[in-house]
Amino acid sequence: MKTQSFNLKLLAQIFISFLKIGPVTFGGGYAMIPLIEREVVEKRGWVKTKDITDIFAVAESVPGAIAINSATFIGYRLAGVPGAIVAMTGVLLPTFIIVVMLSLFFLKVQDNPKVEAAFVSIRATIVALITYAAIKIGKTAVVDKTTVALIAITVALMFFVHIHPALLIICGGLVGIGIIALKKKLGISIKLEKEEKLKPDFYLGDGI
Amino acid sequence: MLWELFSTFFIIGLVSFGGGYAMIPLIQEEVVQRHDWMTAQAFTDIIAVAGMSPGPIATNSAIIIGYKQMGVLGAFTSALGMILPSLIIILAIGTIFYKVQKSMMVKSAFYGLRSIITGLIVYAAILFAMNNGLVSSFSWHTLSLVIIFGLSLLALIRFRIHPVYVILISGLVGIALYS
Repeated sequence: MKTQSFNLKLLAQIFISFLKIGPVTFGGGYAMIPLIEREVVEKRGWVKTKDITDIFAVAESVPGAIAINSATFIGYRLAGVPGAIVAMTGVLLPTFIIVVMLSLFFLKVQDNPKVEAAFVSIRATIVALITYAAIKIGKTAVVDKTTVALIAITVALMFFVHIHPALLIICGGLVGIGIIALKKKLGISIKLEKEEKLKPDFYLGDGI
Repeated sequence: MLWELFSTFFIIGLVSFGGGYAMIPLIQEEVVQRHDWMTAQAFTDIIAVAGMSPGPIATNSAIIIGYKQMGVLGAFTSALGMILPSLIIILAIGTIFYKVQKSMMVKSAFYGLRSIITGLIVYAAILFAMNNGLVSSFSWHTLSLVIIFGLSLLALIRFRIHPVYVILISGLVGIALYS
């Protein structure tokens, strides 16, 4: 029985730790990363400094938002499946409430002429943000001529054939494995990643 | 409808490698093209609101779209659909992925994945530029939009201004110019 009460206390601590991180970070999940690190490494001592980089790397490789994935993974390591669920709920709950309230507010005011005027300009800015995301992720993706060709083929396929992006992404993984295997067989030198990892921004990751 | 929201975002969540803006082409495909839940312009506005909110942009977009379709329950269902694949995958492979991550196979897969995702975002950028009137025959209005686009990009790349501020300043410029 003793371990169970201990677990409940730990679960509560995990929940509260991640609950605090959510609402203070604006503009993308990457803003949460330094805060998560401070909380679980420095304040709580749950994760060692050398392990946290690996955790973030895994969180980035698994589909989904890196902040939510990191929280889930840390929760899982600390307290198994309940820990994962509690951490995920904690990190998402405040944002969920805030975003629902913002949606409510936005749907109310969106027909106001001033708001409409603001959004004419904001839409152009969103195009700039997406372009910026493309440039940033492109910088990590382009390692050789093959990757440039893959990018061009993807854009062309989307415009002319229009394949579902989900299907393309799944194919992307397989194509990567195929190309590297082929290159190996042909004895072509292989470069899989940029040598020096580009320093991540304080708020934006590769895909922002 | 709830089931549709859930399954749509579950599929998006399942393949959303890279997170954030990398998921926009996927969400756009499902929400605008396939389900016709909203216009491309309305979807752009949702991204703007998602980008100004705390938390991950893709999850935020799912919450707003769900809310718009079916209120709080819709928002909850969409968010759940979006995060459930991540949870399942982390629980299933979280610990082994730790070691597998550095393997040649995984690295090769990401070599292909990153390029495809870049291509998808480039496509999304062009598509959004067309849908929001940045690519059309010459008019002063189009020119002003292109200038706003250019200045926003400059602010992000060159002056490294936080996206939230860029969106807010752009909104003020919009009120001054277009109302």
